[in-house]
This record gives sequence, structure tokens and C-alpha cells, in this order.
Amino acid sequence: MTEGADRIVIVGGGHNGLVCAAYLARAGRKVLVLEAADQVGGAAVTREFAPGFRVSSVAHLLHALDPRIERELRLAQHGLAYARRELLTVALGESAPLVLDGANVLAGDVSSADRAGLVDYVRRQRRFAALLAKQHGFGAGFSVLRLFGRSAKNRNTESPLPWLARFALDVRLLGRADMRELLRVGTMNLYDLLEDRFDSAQLKGALALDGVLGARLGPRSGQTFFTSLQRAGARGLPRGGMGAVTGALAVAARAAGAEIRVASPVASFMLDGERVTGVVLQSGEQIAAATVVSNVDPQTTFLGLLGARHLDAEFARRVAHIRSTGCAAKLHLALSGPPDFRGVPAELLGERLVIAPDLGYIEAAFNPAKYREYSSQPVLEITVPSMHDPGLAPPGQHVLSAIVQYAPRDLAVGWAAGRAPFLEATLGVLARHAPALRSQIVAAELLTPLDIENDYRIHGGHWHHGELALDQYMMLRPVPGAAYYRAPVPGLYLCGAGSHPGGGVIGAAGRNAARVVLARSRA
Amino acid sequence: MTIPREHYRQAVFPTPFHTRTAAANTLNVWHRWRDYTVADAYFDVSLEYTALRNACTVFDLSPMTKHLITGPDALAFMNRLVTRDVAKLKPGRVGYTVWCDDAGQVVDDGTIFHLRDGVYRLCSQERQLDWLHASALGFDAAIQEETHDVAALALQGPTSCAVLKRLGLAGIETLTPFGIRSFAFEGGELTVSRTGFTGDLGYELWIDPELGIALWDRLFDVGAPVGIKPMGTHALEMSRIEAGFIQAGVDFLPADRAVRAGRTRSPFELDLAWLVDFGKPHFTGRRALLAEQARGSRHRLVRLDVEGNKPAKDAYLYDRRRRNVGVVTSAMWSPAAKANIALASVEMPHGAPGGELWAEIYYQKELKWSRFMARCTVVEGPFYSPARRRATPAADF
Repeated sequence: MTEGADRIVIVGGGHNGLVCAAYLARAGRKVLVLEAADQVGGAAVTREFAPGFRVSSVAHLLHALDPRIERELRLAQHGLAYARRELLTVALGESAPLVLDGANVLAGDVSSADRAGLVDYVRRQRRFAALLAKQHGFGAGFSVLRLFGRSAKNRNTESPLPWLARFALDVRLLGRADMRELLRVGTMNLYDLLEDRFDSAQLKGALALDGVLGARLGPRSGQTFFTSLQRAGARGLPRGGMGAVTGALAVAARAAGAEIRVASPVASFMLDGERVTGVVLQSGEQIAAATVVSNVDPQTTFLGLLGARHLDAEFARRVAHIRSTGCAAKLHLALSGPPDFRGVPAELLGERLVIAPDLGYIEAAFNPAKYREYSSQPVLEITVPSMHDPGLAPPGQHVLSAIVQYAPRDLAVGWAAGRAPFLEATLGVLARHAPALRSQIVAAELLTPLDIENDYRIHGGHWHHGELALDQYMMLRPVPGAAYYRAPVPGLYLCGAGSHPGGGVIGAAGRNAARVVLARSRA
Repeated sequence: MTIPREHYRQAVFPTPFHTRTAAANTLNVWHRWRDYTVADAYFDVSLEYTALRNACTVFDLSPMTKHLITGPDALAFMNRLVTRDVAKLKPGRVGYTVWCDDAGQVVDDGTIFHLRDGVYRLCSQERQLDWLHASALGFDAAIQEETHDVAALALQGPTSCAVLKRLGLAGIETLTPFGIRSFAFEGGELTVSRTGFTGDLGYELWIDPELGIALWDRLFDVGAPVGIKPMGTHALEMSRIEAGFIQAGVDFLPADRAVRAGRTRSPFELDLAWLVDFGKPHFTGRRALLAEQARGSRHRLVRLDVEGNKPAKDAYLYDRRRRNVGVVTSAMWSPAAKANIALASVEMPHGAPGGELWAEIYYQKELKWSRFMARCTVVEGPFYSPARRRATPAADF
């Protein structure tokens, strides 16, 4: 047996790459994970951004980590603990803040009709989100359905029909009323939907934010109800930040026998004819492998590491056209003391604070993004994780982590010119709700999508490796011809957020990819 | 000449030779070929055809889609685009090729002119700019649409070499088939390739549109003693069927225009397996074609010798048991081959060389329609291929 003939190389040690590595290693495969950065975790890491201050660098809340992964990989035993399992949402506004605990309004000026409507809305949203979560295994695994799929004449294009049939059955099993509602609102925009159902501007703003966070969409954009389902779950705060999740995954992978090398950026894939036979590191080192699994986004994987010339032209064009322009920036503030948000009592400071006071505000914030400009009045999702997790900052001091929108990756004036005024605009919005905040700032860091692209090696700086929308979902994710975690090139697989069911630290793509690799390459 | 960008003011243009082709067109019959008007026939289709096979003819080729491909990756780009190995095409040579979509279905066929080291001209029936741009992703190659910047005439027939010698193109008779050579002409450059669509001895002449009229006049001036005539598209169509050449939109549907499944064809299904080189680097459609090779093709292009003298145009083809197995795509009575010939697409495994098929031919005499079943024999190679087509040095006749 030649060197590397039984090795699986996973390019990228993000959460999906680590999940994939752990499952493959548990199945007895020889696995090597190559991570470009100095620590594993990809965009789910805890990083010191100022002396003594650490923060979850890109992703900052845990929404939807697949519970099977947490259980099967025994992440709790490997060090994953939660500072908080479920955060409340505190919607800041001109008047008193609105406090939401899922379907319940804990505080705020909200009518009883809106309160009842929220219960109904959240109930349905969670049912639909659960329905989508049931499709997380789409295209992977060994079900009888898969055998039907294989009977398709052309083995290169596995039929999605069995999976879609199951999806349709699941939709039908929602029952008549909820099925009709899903079909009615499934592709709808949140603006119309929320206007139709609620009176409270503050409530509508808070609910709409979930449909647009991380996306290049405004509340009036189509499909925003669908995108909101990605965030319908509980919002957890891992102890030690998001790095604790990927840290536990790395421990699980190593415990199963996987080898992980950091500071090993991959420059390209090795090819023998049509087959990927390993990777070449930027150092020039060549590592042979029977199978290469890429945790890197599809555009970098195919057009960068592999190269368009090894692909068919239509496929390469589809990959190039994946909508992956990031629009979300990340703000990290090191604070000398706890921030004082107007009207927010100290015990709520550690919850999820949102600045999205009404639908019009969010839509107006989105408008400039269409023209490659940043929002002068951005929307924010803010956490102060040090409230629960004092280890993240020096004693008595705090870190603030916020997702700030909209900040298009392809800013017309360029981020060299845009960074300072956008940071100023963001601090201006923050200061309206926390007037003393500026004087507390010890250090500030703004990660634009361009920084995320460069520092975290994600094409377009889009944290989902491509917009998570219906036209980039299921067998269309990342593109037809590369769904089912398989590249059109033999020997190459995909396990990242660019594949179904996408990003947001779910881990399902990594788990599915491992199952597909195991099914197609019996040891 | 550059076409004005206001294409909505005028969509179809005269070719650089229009003043001359219009003067020669005694029948005044025209049709649209892409952006230009071209003559269907000038004086009599049969006589134009006869002139082609016995003297020589001039056909206005200017509307042919032309692209210039340059840049450091020009060769790599071309090789990823087409099915054949462009690395083997030396400067000064022309190669016929096809290119496929991802599914290995033919997008178009055409000729690659390796004009100078690393500089290629791609001539095709269909417009290809979008496909070429899509294919250029990841390559450092420049693509320039030059259809309107290059005027072209096809000078074809046994006395074509004699005409060029009379034009003063020294040594033209030594140009081998698929060779390219350039000559000074009236202060400009005349590029001559020994190529054509007629299956005869012949040349294609490429020149700056500004010099087009001068070239036309000089050709007819020096060619008159050896019987030069203008030829329209109808006579060209006759000659290309005799040569066994396929045409996009007629004998196969360009893959990017197909909507329905099963309507397109792979190179294997067009009898063009010789153009597919699996030994070269990756090209679009390679994986699909390898799979087809392993699985077997669904269709086959055949050349038929049809019983009788009624052209089998658009005829259904049947096997012995009267089961429909294909359709004729091009057909005619061939004066040169003295045979009733046809190109057809049939389902596998029908149409093996030497095999027999039946064509259902409808014909009309004085408004009365008749139908009969004509026996067809599958033949190999072109229907008409005179030795002068390949002979070098080319003779004067």
C-alpha cells in the first residue's frame, strides 16, 4: 500500500471539519485535519482581541448544534459546558425595552392580542424549524430511500426525488392547518407577514432581525421567513465562548484517533489525472490521501484549491455564481466596566440585546447594501458574554460582542476607507442606547466581511459559506453537481457550511459528509 | 469595419462584399445569416454547384462567428474548451473540433486557427461569446469577438489554386490541407487557409474588411479565364452534404439551445469519436463522455445510400420490423456521387456500417403526394472526396 493510500485529509478545522474528522476516526479511519490558523475552530473560536479580553470571534451564539452530534461525540465529557442554555431577547428602543422569552413577553408595552399572536407565531415557527431540522440528513445516510435514489439511470446524478418525497410527507404530516400555513408563508417576506400579524413595532423589529442576520436580505426581501427558521432554536452561550464548542470537538476527534495539525494552510489539491490524490501545503509539503474532504467554502475549494480548469465550464460558472457576499460585520469592545443600556436592568445585561426598533428601520439599514454602501444606522445583535463568563475579561471588566449590519463585503469605497466611518456609525447607534459606553471602551475591533474573508478564509466573508436561501438549499447546495457532499472530481468531498444544511454551527454537514465518505469508500 | 452598437436601429447588415454580391445576384434572393444578409443563390443553384465541382466558386463567408483568443493561458483555455488536443495543433495549422457542455453534449463545432504561437481564432456556426466567457473562468486568456473585423471568402473548387497563383500568391500550391499562410495584399495582409466546407480543393481567404472589395474584384478579374463564379448558400449546402459534414441546428441541436431531454448529441453520437482525446488535460464534458464510453451511446450518426432518386428529406427511418429507429437530418440527390444520399441520426444499436434501414419518403408530383419505403444502406466515409482535395502540391486543372 502506498503512503497515504488509506488516509483521509480534511482541509480546514472548523466545526464541520472537526465533526467530520471525529465521525471518520470513530469508524476506524486514519484522519488528518489540516487547519490554516494557529488554532482549530474556523469561525467558531474564542480569541484574545485585546490584552486580557477574549471573545467569540465570528459566531457568538450557539443556535442549532445538532443534538445527535453533542450526544454521539460526547461533547459534554470532552469539555463543552454552557454558561447559559437559553438567552432572553431584549429589544432596545426609544421606549422601555421589550423582553422576550421565546413565545412569551416578559416585559414591554405589547397588547394582549400581540402576546397571543406571538405564542401562535413562535409555536408554528418552531414546528417548521423542526421540520427543516428533520431534513438535516438530506442526501446522506443509508435509508431505503437512498437505494431508490441510486436506481436512477445515471449514477453520477443521484436523484433527489426520494428525499423530496420524504420532505413532502413531513410537510403533509404537519396537519392540514399548519401545512397550509407553511405553504402560504414558506417563501414569504417577513415584512408583510409581521405587518399582517402584529401591532407592536418593537416586537416586529425584534422578530424580523432573525430573518436577516447574516444574510444580504432586508425584511422586505423574499424568503426571509424561511431564513428566520434557521434561528428559531434556543440561543446558547458556551462557557469559554464558541471556542469551547470547537475545542470539545477537537478533543473528541483526537480521542477517536484523528490527527490535527494547525498552522498548516493548504495551497492546492494534488491531482492524478481526474482524481484528487492529496494536498499541497503552502510550505510546499505534499500530503497524499485516498480521500480529501474540504471544510473550506465551495468557491475557495473549487476555484481556488482545485482550480476551474479541472472542472467543467458550466459547473465552474455555477460555483462562481453562488451568492456569498457577506453583509454582516462583527464588533468587539473591551469595556472598563459593565455597559449601561438605558432601561436595561443589570440582570438582563447578559441577555441577547437587539437594536432593530422597527421594520422600517431594518429595511432602511438594508437599502444602502444594495448599492454597496454600509448602513449609517446599522442593526445590531449584542451579547455581553462576560456577564456569565467572567473569565473572558479581567476582573470587573467586560467584553461586548455584536453582529452589525449591513456591511457589504464589496463596499464601493473599499473597506480601507469605509472602516472608520462605519465603526463610528455603529458606536453612534450604540451610544444612543448606552450614552456612557464610549468612555468605557478600552479597545475596539471591527471585523468587516473582508476581514472575515481574509482572516477566516471564507470567500465573500459570508459566515454560511453562501446565502442560506431556498435556491441554495438541499440538492441545490452548494450547487447542482456538488450536492450530497461529493465533488464532481473523484476523491474530493465537501463537509462545510456551503453544503446542506448550511452554517450556523449546526455540524450536520460534517456528520453527513462523514457518512457519505464512509458509504463510498469502505475501508 | 465595426458594426455600430445601435443594433436596434439596424439589426442586419450588408457584408463587406455586399456591393459586389448584390450586383452579381441576378435572382435577388437573400437570407439572414446572424448579423448579415447573404445570397441564397446568384444565378442558378445547379450551375453554381457545377461551377464549384468543375471550376471554382466564391462564397461570402464573412458572417461566420469568429473569436480571437490570446493571453498566457490561451492554449490551456482552448484545451479545456474543446475535445481534441490543441497542444498538437502547431502554429500555422487549422483543426476541426467540437466542444461540449458538462453533460458531454455538443455545443457547437468549428475550426481552430492557430494563427501565431499562442494566438487562436475560433470559427463557429453559432454565437459563442457567453460560452467562451464562462469557460474562461480561472484562465488568463483574452477573448475578442472579431466576427465584424474580419472579412472572409471561401474560394473552392478544382481551379481555386490556379486563381490564387494568378493573384500572385507565390508558392500557394505547396500549402497543405489545414495549413495557413499570409501574403501581402494591396498594402494589407491576406491570410489564406486551405480549408472549406465543400469537401473539394479549396481555400478560405481572410482579410481586413476595408480591403474586401479589392480582393473580390481581383479574384474575379484573374479568375475569369478559369471559370470563377459566385456561389450562394444553397449550392454550399449541396456540397457539404456530399462531403458528409454536419451542420449545427440541422444535423445536431446545439446543447445550449436544447430544452427537452434527449434532443442533444455527444461527439460519439455524431461519428466524431476521433475528435475526443481523453489523454489530454481536463476538458468540459470529459467525465460525462468517459461515462458514455463505458455505458454506450444512445444514438449514432450514419451516412446513407438511399434507393431511388427521391431525396429522403426529413424521412423517418425504420428497421426491418417497421419500428421507427431514427430520422434523416440532411438529404439530397448527389450529382457528384451519382447517388441518393442522406445523413441521419438513428438509435443504437441500429445503423451499423453495411447495415440496412428503410426510409419513409413522401414526394409530390403535380400536387399529388406519394409515399414509398426506400431501402438505405449505411456507408462509411464521405459520399464524395476527390483526390485533389488532399493532393499537395495542388494542381491547376
